[in-house]
This record gives sequence, C-alpha cells and structure tokens, in this order.
Amino acid sequence: MTIEIHPGLYNYAIVVMLMMAGLYIVITRGNLVKKIVGLNVFQASVFVLYITMGKIVGGTAPILEAGIEVYSNPLPHVLILTAIVVGVATTALGLALVVRIREAYGTIEEDEIQRQDEAL
Amino acid sequence: MIFQSITQHLPILQVVLPLIAAPLCVLLRRPALSWLFALAVTWASFAISIALFIQLEHVGTIVYELGGWPAPWGIEYRIGTTSAIVLVVVSGIGSVVMPFAKASVTAEIEPARHYLFYTCYLLCLCGLLGVVATGDAFNLFVFLEISSLSSYVLIGMGRDRRALTAAFQYLIVGTIGATSIVIGIGLLYLVTGSLNMADIATRLPEPGTNRTVLVAFAFLGLGAALKLALFPLHVWLPNVYTYAPSAVTAFLAATATKVGVYILLRFIFTVFGAGFAFTAMPLDTMLMALAVAAMFAASAIAIFENNVKRMLAYSSVAQIGYMVLGIGFATVGGVAAGLIHLFNHALMKGGLFMALGCIFLRAGSVRREAMAGIARTMPWTMAAFVLGGLSLIGVPLTVGFISKLYLIRAAFEAGLWPFGVLVVLSSLLAVAYVWRVVETAYFREPSTEAARATEAPLSMLLPTWVLIGACVYFGIDAELTVDTAFRAATSLLGAQP
Repeated sequence: MTIEIHPGLYNYAIVVMLMMAGLYIVITRGNLVKKIVGLNVFQASVFVLYITMGKIVGGTAPILEAGIEVYSNPLPHVLILTAIVVGVATTALGLALVVRIREAYGTIEEDEIQRQDEAL
Repeated sequence: MIFQSITQHLPILQVVLPLIAAPLCVLLRRPALSWLFALAVTWASFAISIALFIQLEHVGTIVYELGGWPAPWGIEYRIGTTSAIVLVVVSGIGSVVMPFAKASVTAEIEPARHYLFYTCYLLCLCGLLGVVATGDAFNLFVFLEISSLSSYVLIGMGRDRRALTAAFQYLIVGTIGATSIVIGIGLLYLVTGSLNMADIATRLPEPGTNRTVLVAFAFLGLGAALKLALFPLHVWLPNVYTYAPSAVTAFLAATATKVGVYILLRFIFTVFGAGFAFTAMPLDTMLMALAVAAMFAASAIAIFENNVKRMLAYSSVAQIGYMVLGIGFATVGGVAAGLIHLFNHALMKGGLFMALGCIFLRAGSVRREAMAGIARTMPWTMAAFVLGGLSLIGVPLTVGFISKLYLIRAAFEAGLWPFGVLVVLSSLLAVAYVWRVVETAYFREPSTEAARATEAPLSMLLPTWVLIGACVYFGIDAELTVDTAFRAATSLLGAQP
C-alpha cells in the first residue's frame, strides 16, 4: 500500500501532525504548564481543521459583491471563533489551577506532586 | 395570554434562566443572598422541566426554533421523551442539592467565595441542561464546555489541596474529550454540510461508503466515553468525586455522567442510527465488553477502598457500566433499562453522597475508620446511607431492584442471558462494599470523631431523605419511570429502522 498525499490535503496532514504532537505532549510531559501548552496545540489542530473546511476553491471572502459567484463558507470560521474562545477560557482556568497548585505544593512537576501526596 | 406565550418558550427558558441568573448571582456578593437567589433559580428550572415533561404527554416532541429561524439554518431545540427524562433528573437533583448546599458549603468553603460557588453552580446547571435540550451539534459542544469549565472550578474549591490536582486532571481529560467531540462534529459537517442533528441523520451517506463518517463516529464515541467515565476512561472520576466539596460531588455524581450517557444515546440513535452503530460498526459488542469490565473491576476496587467517598466513586463507575450494558443490548428493552437506571442511579447516588456530606460535616472525615460506630450518634444519616446502599445492591422495594430487574429481563429477551447472570454476580460485589461500611458504622465501638459527632442539621438531612425517599417510592411504584423509559427507548430506536 502506498500512501500518497494529495496537495489539496496538505492542511489535513498538518492537522493530524499537530493533533498527535499536542496529544503526545499532554501525555508525556510532567510539567503542568507544558501539559497546558500541549492541550493548546491539540486544540489548535482543530481550529485549522475547521478553517480548512470552509475554503472553497476559487472562492473569495464572503462579502456580497456584484460579479462574484463563489464565496468561501463563513460558517466554520464563525464556529471556530466560538471554539477559540472556549480554548482561551480553558487555558486561563488551567493556568489558574496551576498557580493554585504551586501555592499548595510548591511545585508544578507531576511526579513531585504525586510524591508529596503519597507521603501523607 | 401571557401565560400561553410563556409555555411556548419553555424549552429556551429552561436553559436561559440559569445562564442569565449566573452573572446576576455575582452581583449579589452576600453569601446568604446569593444562596437564596440560586435556590429560587434552581427550583424555577425544576418547575420548567416538569412543565415540559407534562407538555410532552400531548405533543410527542417539542421543537423550538431559536429566534424564529427555521431548522437547518437556525439553532433548534428539540425535546423528546429521552431529553425530558434527563432534564427532570438534572434540574431535580440541582434543586434538591441547593438547600443541602447551604450548611455544607458554609463548612467547607470560605464565605468570601460563596457567591462564586453559586455562580458556577448555576453555570454548570445551565450547561448540563443546554446539552440535553439542544438539537444542534455545535451548540451541544458549547454547552458541554460551559458545564465542564464551571465544574472544574467547583471541584477546585474543595478543602483538600488534592482537589486542585483532581480538577486539573479532569480539565485535561475533559478538554481532550470535548475536543474529540468537536472534531467529530466538524467531520460530520464536512460530509453533510449541516449541524442540526436531525438534519445530519437524513444527509449521512450509506453506511460503509464514507471513511470520514467512520472517523467522526470514532471521535464522537471517544469524547462521549471520556465524559461519561466509561471504563477504562474513568481515571479522572475517583479523585474528582473524592476531593470535590460534598455538595458538588452529590450534584455532579447524579448529573454530569448522566448527561454523558445522554450524549452517547443522542449520537448513536438520532445521528448515526442504530443500523450504523450496531450493524455496520461493532459498537454494541464494545459497549457490552467495557460495561462488564466496569461492573466487575470498579466494584472490586470499591471493596478495598477505605475512603467511603472514593468507594462510592468507584461504585459509580460500576453503575455506569449497567447503563451502558443496557444500551449495548441495542434493543428497546435494553435501552429502556439503561434509561431507568440513569434515573434511579441519580436518585441513589445523589442521596448517598449527601449522606456522606452530612457525615463529613459532623465527623470531619469520610474515612471508614472515622465512621466507626457513627450510627449511634448520627442514626438518621446512617439510616439514609443504608437505604441508599440497599438500593445500590438492588434489594426489592428500592429503585436498584427495578433497574436490575429490567436489565436482566432485557438480557434474556435479547438472547444474551449470560449478561443477566453477570449483573447478579456483580451485585454481590456491591453487597460486599456496602456491608463493610454498614458493619463499621453499626457494630464497631465509636471512634473519637464519631463520638463527638451529632446528628446533621435538618437543612441537610431533609434533602438527603427526599432523594432516599424517592429511591423507595420509585422502587415500589415504578410505573411512571418504566413507562416513560420504554416510550423514550421506542422513539430512540424507532426513529431509525
């Protein structure tokens, strides 16, 4: 079986790479801030996925103008704007929790936190 | 005239009321005032869900177009029998936990943050209700994130510092789950060009002809499984339930995972259709295998758990197994049994976690050794715990019996009788873990904590007994729950041939 990447699927290949890279960071990194960054990369891949699917070959920006027949689909862009807001909220809350964890434990390394909890 | 126009808008009021109330709650600031306000809002939303439930008797499905925009373009709220059941469960538990929360929150959270607690509580309620009411796939994601984000905050307010790490872990896992759902929705949009769930269902290509649909199915299944804590994706749940404030545990245990089950049902049956999920894809086998694993593995862990709150958390994972098992049968009887258990389990786990909240308030700990002999000083609380525990086991005259009766019956009807036997066997494990607590609380010499304890205040005891009472009531007179569940299951499976 040969895998051939169609040039039109370039964006989707990037999406898959970003998604896996993000997930990998979340799983392997012990530093809580790095975990949040990984989560951000993971979410960013979804943003790219949505933005890509709104693109229509030969289409322009969706502004009504005489003589233009083909427009890009604006709906996925609007949707992902909402998802970006959700992502920002998640990041902010995640970082706030990291701050509180650091105040309570004095560290943001997962194994160190685990060690302190087990010592109890 | 005015009354009539209000009844027309109930589906949106159900969601918008707590949404608007939440920022108003921030303005109130004073602990007692914000509590009273949140109490009024939760009771009002419970009244709305009851009104919707009654309205459904006449119409079958309530369809509400937001802003008057017709369906594929505008967002549509669609409330069928299944959603009505879950709406009643969520808002009902929300309104029973509120009076309980007053004393419990005062003891566990500093007064300066009470108004924020109630704000997040209302937001969480709004998100959970929104997920259930909406008929739009993307809207579902947004509400899911509203409920998740606010629940991370609620969990992080726990007194133990481990509440923070539990909330963080849940944030990571929950975000991966919700993002999976959004990927699935995006891929479905790519194929069908629609976000309306009923509309997507009619536009999906023939099963097996489109690989994007398969990938979407996988992502949506993964997201829902993470949210409902299906074994082995349950790792976030025990810590969350153990370290969250008592009122939050009671609320989330009875509602959040149930909404996860609802998302699974919604996508399997209304979007993909039973034919796709169970015939073209082996989802039924997978669900049944994981459900059985949950029933045994989680119950076995629960037996050896010394923190009783954590024990009940593992028991929740096992009980979710029963719901998923019913869905996995892919028959009307099975799905109905799953829905019956969804309702019943909300009652018993809500009641049990509230009883533990009472014990935590008075004894300062929910470890088993601290609970030794506590039945002497807190007889009413422990009596509630015992009744809830009997219900977990599935003793006749409690709701647990009704759940298991219909689940076993569905197993036999579907020709899968070994699963019926497995349900009975796993119930024996429940006997073991419930008995360990009962034995400690009734037949041991009181510990220092237990000797110091006094009976919980009425404001906490009464809500606990409301849920435990409902456990017994619906265990004796199950006609309403069984009828409604079967109606819901028939419409879920009947929608797709």
